[in-house]
Amino acid sequence: MTPLLKVEGLTKRYGARIGCADVSFDLWPGEVMGIVGESGSGKSTLLNCMAGHLAPDAGRVMFDTRTEGMKDTITMSEPERRMLGRTDWAFVHQHARDGLRMNVSAGGNVGERLMAVGARHYGEIRDSAEDWLGRVEIDSSRIDDRPTAFSGGMQQRLQIARNLVTGPRLVFMDEPTGGLDVSVQARLLDLLRGLVREMGLSAIIVTHDLAVVRLLADRLMVMKDGHVVEAGLTDQVLDDPQHAYTQLLVSSVLQV
Amino acid sequence: MSDYNFAYLDEQTKRMIRRAILKGLAIPGYQVPFASREMPMPYGWGTGGVQVSAATLTPEDRLKVIDQGADDTTNAVSIRKFFERTAGVETTEDTASASVIQTRHRIPEAPLTEDQVLVYQVPIPEPLRFLEPSEIETRKMHALEDYGLMHVKLYEDIARHGQIATAYAYPVKVEGRYVMDPSPIPKFDNPKMSGMAAIQLFGAGREQRIYALPPYTQVVSLDFQDFPFEASKADAPCDLCGAEDSYLDEVIVDDAGGRMFVCSDTDYCRARRAAGHVGAQGKTEDAA
Amino acid sequence: MIQIREVSKTFTLHNQGSAVIRVMERASLSVAPGECVALTGASGAGKSTLMRMIYGNYLAASGEILIGGVDVVRAEPREIIRLRREVLGYVSQFLRVVPRVPTLDVVAEPLLSVGVDRAAATDRARELLTRLRIPERLWSLSPTTFSGGEQQRVNIARGFAHAYPALLLDEPTASLDAANRDTVLELIHEAKARGAAIVGIFHDAEARAAVCDRVVDLTGFSPQAAA
Repeated sequence: MTPLLKVEGLTKRYGARIGCADVSFDLWPGEVMGIVGESGSGKSTLLNCMAGHLAPDAGRVMFDTRTEGMKDTITMSEPERRMLGRTDWAFVHQHARDGLRMNVSAGGNVGERLMAVGARHYGEIRDSAEDWLGRVEIDSSRIDDRPTAFSGGMQQRLQIARNLVTGPRLVFMDEPTGGLDVSVQARLLDLLRGLVREMGLSAIIVTHDLAVVRLLADRLMVMKDGHVVEAGLTDQVLDDPQHAYTQLLVSSVLQV
Repeated sequence: MSDYNFAYLDEQTKRMIRRAILKGLAIPGYQVPFASREMPMPYGWGTGGVQVSAATLTPEDRLKVIDQGADDTTNAVSIRKFFERTAGVETTEDTASASVIQTRHRIPEAPLTEDQVLVYQVPIPEPLRFLEPSEIETRKMHALEDYGLMHVKLYEDIARHGQIATAYAYPVKVEGRYVMDPSPIPKFDNPKMSGMAAIQLFGAGREQRIYALPPYTQVVSLDFQDFPFEASKADAPCDLCGAEDSYLDEVIVDDAGGRMFVCSDTDYCRARRAAGHVGAQGKTEDAA
Repeated sequence: MIQIREVSKTFTLHNQGSAVIRVMERASLSVAPGECVALTGASGAGKSTLMRMIYGNYLAASGEILIGGVDVVRAEPREIIRLRREVLGYVSQFLRVVPRVPTLDVVAEPLLSVGVDRAAATDRARELLTRLRIPERLWSLSPTTFSGGEQQRVNIARGFAHAYPALLLDEPTASLDAANRDTVLELIHEAKARGAAIVGIFHDAEARAAVCDRVVDLTGFSPQAAA
């Protein structure tokens, strides 16, 4: 078995300021990794560099492509990277409106990725859209409604359906439960966990919510000032943190 | 004659536009940016088409201008007059004898020949515009053939109306490569674009884009396997000339709901009637 | 099955003047398949700490902990995850689940994650819940709303769903009535019979006597004693 994703020395600077510095790790098929840290710690910068939204200053992001094996996605051509972005990769934004087409119906939102990879049968596209709405617990009677008519939690679930419809192997998530109220969060977490297991997805989840990573992530990376200060098994990092910053982070969580 | 340079534009400008046209012909369906000039008419009145026509016309040409099929509406008349005055070229309403035809929103019914050039006026050249507002992004999408979004639009149509309700400016794919806006012609005209003998040029003045189809280019209207493209028109013959195969305008004739269907292509209808064809209301019309 | 060699544990509290707390020194222990070993010692002797180190939840400072050939102290996260999925079960005192997931699914999950099909996994979950006397009407509800005793039993059902070759039990009989306690002891006997190596903490002396083959007093491994 080979890693699905191999990140090597990934560095991004904003002028003199460090976005993220010399980040390296392997992600294996089926693994879910959380990246935590406070605002400004560089976790979103890292995620965006990995997902190809930002050009890093140094480093490699190797992905195990279906046809050519391990390939650096940073030096990859734009068409190739885009193809990856609508087949094997998915990106779930914190704000659903960044990841959805708000003026297109729910069905159209889910169907877009299928059409982008060549689906040309309306009936089949609609069937998959319906199936996916069901899997993210959106009533199929809402298929022709626009996301503007949906609640925040529904929008987020729709975004997930839209991303997973082409059966990606790697999902990047940026604060997927941020901005949702807790009951909605729980439902979404449950859904994500189920999908990750059923589809054998690998995922990288950026969040500042330690409860979210405890439930979703196998592994954890703790970032501070652009550097990874600690990494390991999620419950080990949370229950027996070794680094001063992680100890502070864990002890700062309010108990319910 | 007048003191205008031939066809209003100066020679350098026409040369610049011709270069854009040639590039457009070399890459069928690709939108070539050009430095659109201010014309003595408002945007939306065909400034793009007029500039392309001006760069195409020679003193020997015979020009026909149609506006939604008709030769005698304001837009057609004023553009025809414009070139009569600035270029001094002959004009005609007869499709077959014209060498350059500038059109707004129609393709003539009579088949065009290799000796003819059809110039379309285009309001919005970007077929992806209403789905993706960013020009940078749409250009990338064209470059990468990332056209899934185009089908999203058609999907939305079917989801909402039970069929592809787009009736005009129906998107097409050119030679299996570029998705192109055919300008707001009715989708009835789409099949005529494919394999046409005449050169087809498209000018968008406000948007500063020119694109083109060389003769005999393959043009395919986008659709779904289970919702194939249909070149629809009103299901009736022309009430004046009886034509069954032409695109029809619906005309309300009184306050009591009376209506008639007539050929949108006035020259086609005139020619048929001259040849003795008569529609259901043809006689009364002639009598009146 | 479970081999612990010279394991030490310290906690460094960086945010409290970098105080170093040594909690265990050179602990060694070996558990064979089919054997059940009870950890004893006064409160604070490090029973839970050792259990957590075996599970990979706490990071040992030195030594090695071999479970089915994998050294938990040095293993990659994914190796530990696989170990926990296939080899090493843990019944903790606290139920930690995603809110909203029905009890039946909570119990069936360990089986699903090792690839057992849904029908078989659900059957096993039903069987365990029935044996542990969780009323059937509660099965479709999330256990987060249950009483302490019920949560404990759901936790046990979940821990025994898959036939782990190695099993850690943290006070499995605490807060259970006599009937349910007997069921749990039965489950432990069954696990031993199929060859599971078990390490447990039992405050309940009677239960301990009933299932454990050996008792290891951790007091001997506390740093004070070693010093």
